Amino acid sequence: MTTATATANSDRPTIGEFFLRAPAVGPALALVVAVLVFSFSTDTFLNLDNISLVVQQSLVIGTLALGQTLIILTAGIDLANAASMVLATLIMAKLLAGGVTGIFALLLGIVATVLVSGVVGTLVTKVKLPPFIVTLGALTMLTAAGRLFAGGEAVPVADGLLNWLGTRRYLFGGIEITYGMTLALVMYLVMWYALTRTAWGKHVYAVGNAPESARLSGIKVNRTVLSVYLVAGVIFGIAAWQALGRVPNADPNAYQLGNLDSITAVVLGGTSLFGGRGSVLGTMMGALIVAVLRSGLTQLGVDALYQDVATGALVIAAVAVDRFARRQR
Amino acid sequence: MRKILTAGLAAAVLVSAGGCTVERHWGGNTGSGGGGGKAKVGLVTKTDTNPYFVELRAAASAAAQANGADFSALAGQFDGDNDGQVRAIENLMQQGATTILITPSSSTGVLDAIDRARKAGVLVIALDTATEPAEAVDATFATDNFVAGQQQGAYVKAALGGAAPKLFMVDGTAGSTVDTQRHTGFLSGIGLADGAPEIKGSTPANGDQSTAQQGVENLLQRTTDINAVYTMNEPMGRGTYAALKARGLTGQVVMGSIDGGCEGVQNVRDGQYAATVMQFPKKMAEQGVLAAVEYAKSGKKPTGFNNTGSVVITDKPMPGVESQTTEWGLQNCWGDK
Repeated sequence: MTTATATANSDRPTIGEFFLRAPAVGPALALVVAVLVFSFSTDTFLNLDNISLVVQQSLVIGTLALGQTLIILTAGIDLANAASMVLATLIMAKLLAGGVTGIFALLLGIVATVLVSGVVGTLVTKVKLPPFIVTLGALTMLTAAGRLFAGGEAVPVADGLLNWLGTRRYLFGGIEITYGMTLALVMYLVMWYALTRTAWGKHVYAVGNAPESARLSGIKVNRTVLSVYLVAGVIFGIAAWQALGRVPNADPNAYQLGNLDSITAVVLGGTSLFGGRGSVLGTMMGALIVAVLRSGLTQLGVDALYQDVATGALVIAAVAVDRFARRQR
Repeated sequence: MRKILTAGLAAAVLVSAGGCTVERHWGGNTGSGGGGGKAKVGLVTKTDTNPYFVELRAAASAAAQANGADFSALAGQFDGDNDGQVRAIENLMQQGATTILITPSSSTGVLDAIDRARKAGVLVIALDTATEPAEAVDATFATDNFVAGQQQGAYVKAALGGAAPKLFMVDGTAGSTVDTQRHTGFLSGIGLADGAPEIKGSTPANGDQSTAQQGVENLLQRTTDINAVYTMNEPMGRGTYAALKARGLTGQVVMGSIDGGCEGVQNVRDGQYAATVMQFPKKMAEQGVLAAVEYAKSGKKPTGFNNTGSVVITDKPMPGVESQTTEWGLQNCWGDK
């Protein structure tokens, strides 16, 4: 949760410093406010079923956003993550339809997203191409590849393992949870630990913050950035698994806005698009804020297009806060 | 800082909530199942910007109001947004809908969510697009798209007056159910098989006018020796017309389309294409809402596929093909007037 850029030389930090040190605090507060607003303004928002639903609705984008956070922390961006995920769902579905067992279909789908991210990472680190351009090209290619591969058709997926993350269980008190929720929580905690408590995590922040300084201090910048893309590739593969748990149907036309939605979650979570600052816990809040807004505003009867207006305004506000906090340093 | 953020959020929420509820909204607690109650009808369309779905939503809203039912409308963000439709179904269930009317984005994408809704006692009716399998919903109120395609094909065949067809096919989104049904229906109506040499070229255009124009422009680079064009919907018909007109071919080509929106009927009247096949979204919406009201009252559920009909609209009627004039069409476009 803390960042490598935090300064600690004054007794009482300014507000800006406080936010730089704990970037997940702002999003957490925004989330609490949103939940409170909707709890008081509707009589259907605040109940266990709905809270569970909101979390389930944020899972796929939340998982994509986890990988996106890693990449953005290195001052990169991934416009192709959702397309890569959709291709993986199609690969899993087609393999399954072809008689391959669920576990192999799942693994090969994940291998596909890792390969895609590996190629992107190599182009970014070795050929020094801007991530925006590389992933823009990859987005176009992967979208077309998905449609070609599936012959333009959606493929239903009925397999215990591939649908497993959408399986619902009921805990004491009738609380509905899915395995997907559990897995997402575990992934976020593991990644939080890796980023804040390991040398690798510190390197990720360092290369995003000041690559040249990182290089001079002995960090292998290229290797670190490439490792981030590979880890993100695994996460995008798991996002494909999450997607098949949520909608057991691989559709080449699905998640057309998934890349932008994942960036929205990351930005709302307080991670800086300029790299080096932010946290995965903030991203978790960001993904939940979007889902809470959608659910709450829907229950208030607000048109979806106005929901987009509200979400877009929040994104701009979040970046403005980021800028403001930096200036306060 | 916190104040800025929280105030910003609160303002965004309030501004959004203030001026923009498009549909009457219901409150109250959940309560599902039919029998002796007030109908709470939720509509889930593919998108909420396409004029066809805007029409469907307006008709459903009006029918709900006329029949004393509560009404709420949600939609996916784009064609193919299964996740968005699942979210919409969940939110409607959360709000206690007794009936969900849905135009499924993909005929298989939302079946799991529909199944959950039905198990919770919600009546689910597909509008416009059938699910696969059809029994995944309680009933379907829709155009028989195969028949609509067949009507277009039969008209084009008759209008060719015995000449062998030299055909371009401007398709929708490859693989979508409606696209496939209209495509095969048209070929059946004109009497050709897929891949027949009479088909001089085909292009998918995703239902989009400019994509269709570009696609047909490209096909015309290959050959201009055509006399018939199938278009899967009217925006693509307009794009196709622009491409044909630029090559001076409009006089020698019989073009048909499907939809029956007022703009499409006007296109036929203006001679842009020879005929369109009108469908009746208003009927789908009204029949869906009436079924919902009946279900809430008596617990009686509709079943099976209910064809809401399709009619050829043209000012050049052909023997053997039943049709209506554009004057009738303009009075009845999408069953609205």
